[in-house]
Amino acid sequence: MILPGNTSCQGCPISLAMRCLDEIENPVLVIPAGCSTVVAGLHPNSAMKIPVIHVPFASTNAVACGLKEAYKRLGVEANVIAWMGDGAADIGFATLSASAARRDDIITVVVDNEAYMNTGTQASLSTFWKAKTTTSPLGKGDEKRDLALIMIAHRADYVATATVGYVEDLRRKFRRAGELKGFRFIHIHCPCPPGWRFPSEKTIEIARKAVASGAWALFEYYNGKLRFSGVGKRYVDKGNRISLADYLRSQGRFEHLSDEDINELENAIEKEWEIIRKFSND
Amino acid sequence: MDLEPLISRTKLGAAGETGSWRNYRPVVKRELCNVCKTCLSYCPEGVINEMIEIDYRFCKGCGICKEICKQKAIEMVPE
Ligand SMILES: Cc1ncc(C[n+]2csc(CCOP(=O)(O)OP(=O)(O)O)c2C)c(N)n1
Ligand code: SF4
Ligand code: SF4
Ligand code: SF4
Ligand SMILES: [Mg+2]
Repeated sequence: MILPGNTSCQGCPISLAMRCLDEIENPVLVIPAGCSTVVAGLHPNSAMKIPVIHVPFASTNAVACGLKEAYKRLGVEANVIAWMGDGAADIGFATLSASAARRDDIITVVVDNEAYMNTGTQASLSTFWKAKTTTSPLGKGDEKRDLALIMIAHRADYVATATVGYVEDLRRKFRRAGELKGFRFIHIHCPCPPGWRFPSEKTIEIARKAVASGAWALFEYYNGKLRFSGVGKRYVDKGNRISLADYLRSQGRFEHLSDEDINELENAIEKEWEIIRKFSND
Repeated sequence: MDLEPLISRTKLGAAGETGSWRNYRPVVKRELCNVCKTCLSYCPEGVINEMIEIDYRFCKGCGICKEICKQKAIEMVPE
């Protein structure tokens, strides 16, 4: 759904996620400000083969909802997708939450590079604990918020986490979301070479290390059940995981961490998994 | 109201010929490639075709194809 020769940086996860959109029939994107805006093309050029509407942050899900309702009245079959960054999910959170509660018949995709990348790597609520950003130069001290679990708490019709590290799994989730109705939410882990400070060829390796270390859980939630996804299933068991240090030490944003810091982060991740397991029926 | 000036149009190379960004050029070693197409699936730019030919007009030289190839069939050659 995206053409070559776009503005994305070398090794960009968002560009790769946009390629996977061809699993969804008749997609129409609604995009607030962020890297995705720029990657989708600067006026008068569009890198996208599909319609895109660029919108102000907090309006994203409201515009997507109105657009879908209008298409319905016109008898147009379209999968309207609110496609945003993690920062946009922060800024437009009330709108997103209301959209989920209304069960708007749209797909919301959050391409999560764990910071406000387009404006120079400011910390977001999704930024990993202790990560260095320009607004957390000593490492982030605040909590990390988990969007997918929040969407489950809205009893959304479909919630999935995914990663650019496993595009087959991501494509399958796009396909499923595209075929379902109601409020569908997909949270995609997007390791970003300049923002996380790693070489551009490592995007996939780092995305996979996040899954293998337990830092990123892969699951789907629908019909009231949470199921772990095939590619990430073995890492539900802590004994099968690689060390968290292996994931963190491959990124410049964690260069300052001590071994004690990493122990602390391991505990934070364990707590996260305890919560996820409570939702799970596996 | 004339909306035309507000509408962006689809364009291959919306940011120009991004191949000029490249420091390293991925080169496929045919004798090692088994056409598994993994590089095709993971190239963020979508410049590898079914024949595992790379479109150098737009390939940005990120090196993901080289890293993902289990056959070590892609070499990054300095431009
Ligand atoms: C109302 C408004 N406030 C601030 C900005 C500046 N701004 C542009 S992109 C951006 C951050 C986007 O972060 P995120 O949603 O995570 O997307 P990313 O660039 O990381 O993909 C901000 C704050 C803006 N464009 N509009
Ligand atoms: S900063 Fe990161 S997410 Fe944004 S375009 Fe560059 S690689 Fe992609
Ligand atoms: S990943 Fe390697 S072996 Fe597979 S198609 Fe690409 S170059 Fe060939
Ligand atoms: S170097 Fe990057 S952009 Fe070029 S073909 Fe390989 S994966 Fe695609
Ligand atoms: Mg972001």
